[in-house]
Amino acid sequence: MSNVTFTFDGQQYTGVSGESLASALLRNGVIHFTNSSYKDRPRGIMGLWVEESNALVNVDSGPGEPMKASTTIPIVEGLITRSTQGVGDLPDTRDNSRYDKSNRHVDVLVVGAGIAGLTATKKFAELGKSVILIDDQPTPGGHMRHLGTQVPAELMAVLELANVTYLPRTTVQGLYDQGYSVATQRRTDHLDANVHTEVSRIRTWHIRADHTVLATGAFQRHLVFANNDRPGIMLSHAAATYVSQGANPFKTAVVVTVDNQGYRDALRLHTAGVAVSAVVDIRETAGGASVEAVKDAGIRIVSGKTALDTAGTPTGLVSAVTIAKADGSEPESIDADLIAMSGGWTPIVHLATFIGIKPTWVPALAAFVVERNDVLTSTTGMLAGDFGGDDDAAVFFGPELTTEQALVAFVDFQRDATLRDFNRAIGAGMRSIEHVKRYTSIGTSHDQGKTSGTTTMGLIGQAIGKAPDEIGSLTFRPPYISIPFAALAGRDRGLLSDPIRTTPIHSWHESAKAPMEDVGQWKRPWFFPINGENMHAAVLRECAAVREGVGVMDASTLGKIDLRGKDVGKFLDMIYTNMFSTLKVGMSRYGLMCGIDGMVFDDGVTTRISENHWLMTTTTGGAAKVLDWLEEWLQTEWPDLEVYCTSVTEQIATVAIVGPKSRELMSRLAPDLDVSNEMFAFMENKYADVAGIPARVARISFSGELAYEINVPGSFGLHIWQAVMKQGTDLNITPYGTETMHVLRAEKGFVIVGQETDGTQTPQDLDMDWIVSKKKEDFIGKRSFSRADTAREGRHQLVGILTDDGSAVIPEGAYIVAGVDEKTAPPVKHIGYVTSSYDSAALGHSFALALVANGLARKGEKVAIPMADRVLTGVITDSVFVDKENTRRDG
Amino acid sequence: MLNIPCPYCGPRDETEFHYGAQAHVAYPESPKDLTDEQWAKFVFIKSNPKGWLAERWVHNSGCRRWFNVWRNTATHEFGPSYKPFTQQPKSPA
Amino acid sequence: MASMTRRRSAELPDHPDFLWATDITPKKAYDVIIIGAGGHGLATAYYLAKNHGITNVAILEKGWLAGGNMGRNTTIIRSNYLWDESAGIYDHSLKLWENLEEEVGYEMFFSQRGVMTLAHSVSDVRSKQRNYYANYVNDVDSVWLTPEEIKEIAPIVNISEDIRYPVMGATYQARGGIAKHDWVAWGFAKAAADMGVDIIQGCEVTGFNIVDGKIQGVKTNRGDIAAGKVGMVAAGHTSVLADMAGFDVPLQSRPLQALVSELLEQVLDTVIMSGAVHVYVSQAHKGELVMGAGTDSYNSYAQRGGFHVVEHQLAAACELFPIFERAHMLRTWGGIVDISPDASPIIGLTPVENLFINSGWGTGGFKATPGSGWVMAATIANGEPDKLAKPYALDRFVSGHLIDEHGAAGVAH
Repeated sequence: MSNVTFTFDGQQYTGVSGESLASALLRNGVIHFTNSSYKDRPRGIMGLWVEESNALVNVDSGPGEPMKASTTIPIVEGLITRSTQGVGDLPDTRDNSRYDKSNRHVDVLVVGAGIAGLTATKKFAELGKSVILIDDQPTPGGHMRHLGTQVPAELMAVLELANVTYLPRTTVQGLYDQGYSVATQRRTDHLDANVHTEVSRIRTWHIRADHTVLATGAFQRHLVFANNDRPGIMLSHAAATYVSQGANPFKTAVVVTVDNQGYRDALRLHTAGVAVSAVVDIRETAGGASVEAVKDAGIRIVSGKTALDTAGTPTGLVSAVTIAKADGSEPESIDADLIAMSGGWTPIVHLATFIGIKPTWVPALAAFVVERNDVLTSTTGMLAGDFGGDDDAAVFFGPELTTEQALVAFVDFQRDATLRDFNRAIGAGMRSIEHVKRYTSIGTSHDQGKTSGTTTMGLIGQAIGKAPDEIGSLTFRPPYISIPFAALAGRDRGLLSDPIRTTPIHSWHESAKAPMEDVGQWKRPWFFPINGENMHAAVLRECAAVREGVGVMDASTLGKIDLRGKDVGKFLDMIYTNMFSTLKVGMSRYGLMCGIDGMVFDDGVTTRISENHWLMTTTTGGAAKVLDWLEEWLQTEWPDLEVYCTSVTEQIATVAIVGPKSRELMSRLAPDLDVSNEMFAFMENKYADVAGIPARVARISFSGELAYEINVPGSFGLHIWQAVMKQGTDLNITPYGTETMHVLRAEKGFVIVGQETDGTQTPQDLDMDWIVSKKKEDFIGKRSFSRADTAREGRHQLVGILTDDGSAVIPEGAYIVAGVDEKTAPPVKHIGYVTSSYDSAALGHSFALALVANGLARKGEKVAIPMADRVLTGVITDSVFVDKENTRRDG
Repeated sequence: MLNIPCPYCGPRDETEFHYGAQAHVAYPESPKDLTDEQWAKFVFIKSNPKGWLAERWVHNSGCRRWFNVWRNTATHEFGPSYKPFTQQPKSPA
Repeated sequence: MASMTRRRSAELPDHPDFLWATDITPKKAYDVIIIGAGGHGLATAYYLAKNHGITNVAILEKGWLAGGNMGRNTTIIRSNYLWDESAGIYDHSLKLWENLEEEVGYEMFFSQRGVMTLAHSVSDVRSKQRNYYANYVNDVDSVWLTPEEIKEIAPIVNISEDIRYPVMGATYQARGGIAKHDWVAWGFAKAAADMGVDIIQGCEVTGFNIVDGKIQGVKTNRGDIAAGKVGMVAAGHTSVLADMAGFDVPLQSRPLQALVSELLEQVLDTVIMSGAVHVYVSQAHKGELVMGAGTDSYNSYAQRGGFHVVEHQLAAACELFPIFERAHMLRTWGGIVDISPDASPIIGLTPVENLFINSGWGTGGFKATPGSGWVMAATIANGEPDKLAKPYALDRFVSGHLIDEHGAAGVAH
């Protein structure tokens, strides 16, 4: 056993490698650990493991942690810790530790490697089951470790079996539906005080087990008496364990007990050299081997009494205990610097309660247990009520106390919540454990009521004359112990926090240093600045270049769905508001999609490649949603339609060349293609080799200009783009991004789903009645158009807005008031809002699209746009600003 | 993390699926013949019991098929799953 | 030895010596029965008594008072929704909040520390700016913040361009904030009880007595209770009640999870929400971080959800607030939220005469607690919807006049 040097509250100490910080501090005589959170009372270590309620620290070395129980920290060389008083620190530095996750399916998960858990593991392993055995201690054995007893060899052998995975230092944090559990494995904190980046510090396990055995054991609870919180007052099993392992700053002890466990711990204290003045047992009679052994050791036994109050040294350490009958009579003071409390075992029921299993109260054990044996879950050991024969515990939580004594009798050490607080809660009308908890804050701190929960249930029962299980059930919630955020974030950090989608042409955009816009998960070039220009200048230049020459845009992100089958046309007739079944082979058509509520939710151009082969495009962000939509209808409503859908968004790259000079450029790229309007009409598709690659070229225009969309297999996208740039050099080929695309289409009054729409616009609202088929008997959304509110007068309709000051660009989203309304200071009655707003190269001034109540009937009316810093004025116009006759698309 | 019994693939983690709410809400034969009240019922009303519910899921990250399954909304226990347009198994209730 | 100053948390003051009587036997009849002693039900009873002098009221609660969603939630209070109707009801509620502690006479830790809603993309900025302008014309306080201004108010926000979805701006409602949910519930409960309202816990409604389409009373596990009027304010259990009463409501009950950390030094003194990065967080009076995200996707009454939702939310939190890497998740919990098709509440009349409904608040009910109670009380007292409640009628789903707040609701709020 090597020595380890560590720091606590600025002082250096040495301890034994492998022991906890708490143990090492006791070994060094540190009995006063910290002061309590609110009442500033001296406190010391009281427990052995996660049930510790007083002795919490900030860890400053290594990755650092704001609040941890000192009982759960293994000391390592260079460990630096500071006591807390209820609040943890959050340093501003990054935690560069690595955290990761693992997923497993297994036949059996066994939680707890005490004797019960090891036995269960052996049983299932020998049946040939795959088993994961999880235990939160460094070595197996559970309580046997504390007793220093060897685990039987045949149980240890189980850990070596090929079908058993043993995970020590691992805490099962939550149990969920259908055998799912989550566990956190501590992998490096016991090695050194370094930050580890090459191996994960904590691994989060996700486990799906056909069967889960809970062998989680139990921890002790304390007793509620006056001044029960002094340093030196501890849970007896913890005290006996520390002391037997040499962490012994105590001279004399009094053991106060409700069960035989107190006797066993008295013997261990005695053996370790602590003078045990008395075992004070609330039970009038007690029997059993441990009781006899205590008598044989000559230790005084006081029956029918309990601890009533304690006295302390000038620095607050415990110096004596006053014992008395439960009603406070017959008091007697006994000196001691250790008061070891055995208030009863509390089985660790948490995991079972997480999935809704309600523990049952067993009076003979004075405990809530979970006895379960069904397909998914079973319990064993102390959790199931197997206390090794100790079935005569007293149901006792503390003596009667005066008001003054109740003021310093602690129910929840960490919250500084006392019996007085509890009594006030009852007096105020609190009856449910949840109400008492909220009234007093008992159970709400770092230990989440591990030691105070059952005690509080019992006290409520006593107060209102009910058994603890009649009070209700304490709701435990995951996690069992606290988990660092970063551990649960795992590897989903930084650029891994969400996938980045890029087109095959992305590298070109990057080397052009185009700022990117996040469109869903996609990165799309926003604009292509040259010579240090800002976005405003870049967009004006790009727009002018497109309408006067030729621009090029990467349209590869649009959703693309391949549709095949004889019934695609019929199907699309239901999906879109307009007619598709009549679309000729080789032609494309723009379509609008509504939900069953009649509101527009996506749009796009769909092409009939051949009789039974179509290609639908959707918005960039809507691709997955639309594909799911199509499949839902086909699979759950119209299974007889022969339609097969395949997502091909990433299989096809699309390069659009746009503008009056695009014809010239197209002819250079595809010399064999007749690019005259007569031979290649608007919305027609042609097949040709483009830059040597077989392509489908479509005359589709989102800008109103002559345009060709070149579609090739994805991996050729960059090649096409580069060919376009090369062949278009003398035409001043101008790459443009999403912002310019937005401006050009807005100048034409074309809507963008998600910008002109927010899920509450019908096609008619968007001034697109032309796209609503009058011939189709039905299509998705049609019935909703005729609902009272959907058909009413006065709905918001798509119009244009021109500001009186043509240099002013209305912020998108700004609200509009009727211009005749003089009042512009809020609150004002508005008539709509601006959806798209830009400066226009083509117009030489700004323009906007807006949704305005009854807008179509209000063209020519004056409006105002009141904002905090200024009021703009303008007029309602038609929504098409450029090329109202639609002639530019033919070049 | 629910373990959902896909009738095509077997039980899989919840994150592989999308939820589809109450099953068997059929698109009306003739929407134009419905009153606004009847139409609203189709569009907006889905059963929401505290107990057994026949609901839909689609195995989006797996076979991408829709299916129905009985599940108890109070306990998350699953009953039998069944493919669309097949006989609905009896409610486990 | 180095100076070891330990941090201590802010104390919580004591609750009053007496809150309410617990062993009330329900009377045979009341003027009004409220079903559900959550925040909204308690507020309704309070305002019935306070504003309308109606005190012959019983609140029936099947569990323990305020033990549903009001028992633990992320306590965000704001009124910066999108639609005019929402501005009406939510801002009315906020105005009530501003005077509530004094009026009700109960400390609620109501703290107007501002609510910030982050935008992470061009389209996100656009839609949130529209929200900002909508608030402007409705005179609901709101400002637009640049990333630098965000950093000034909340230094812990990561405004670096290097994260997956950089912060591009935010709306900020200074009048928004938080309050301590239990204290709010108990404040209303005590005040209502003091005015004569009977709060009856452990009393579950098992059916309705309806004659000729008119409510006569309720059946409970403690016998029948007659009533002139009945209000259903049962959040996630509304469909269960509606089924008993024989009418449909377009609600789906879903799990909503949230979590807290241990007590930490104060590093965040405002509320921050992010829809795109899926997390919202505040730091409570005594020091715990309180965080939430979206609902689980399926119907549930189990008050729990899947752990993956929480993991996802914490990954988002670590990106946006790197200082939280070391914070510990201490406790998670789940509630049952009643989700409506347009993320707006359903308030007012039902097909059963004198049976009133107030539900559908989904993930955002806490902020509306006083306002909801106020309008529900007025609706019940007058027998017709209060003007702020009118747009939220059940029949809006027939006409199609939905009030779609999914955008403003963003992630669960």
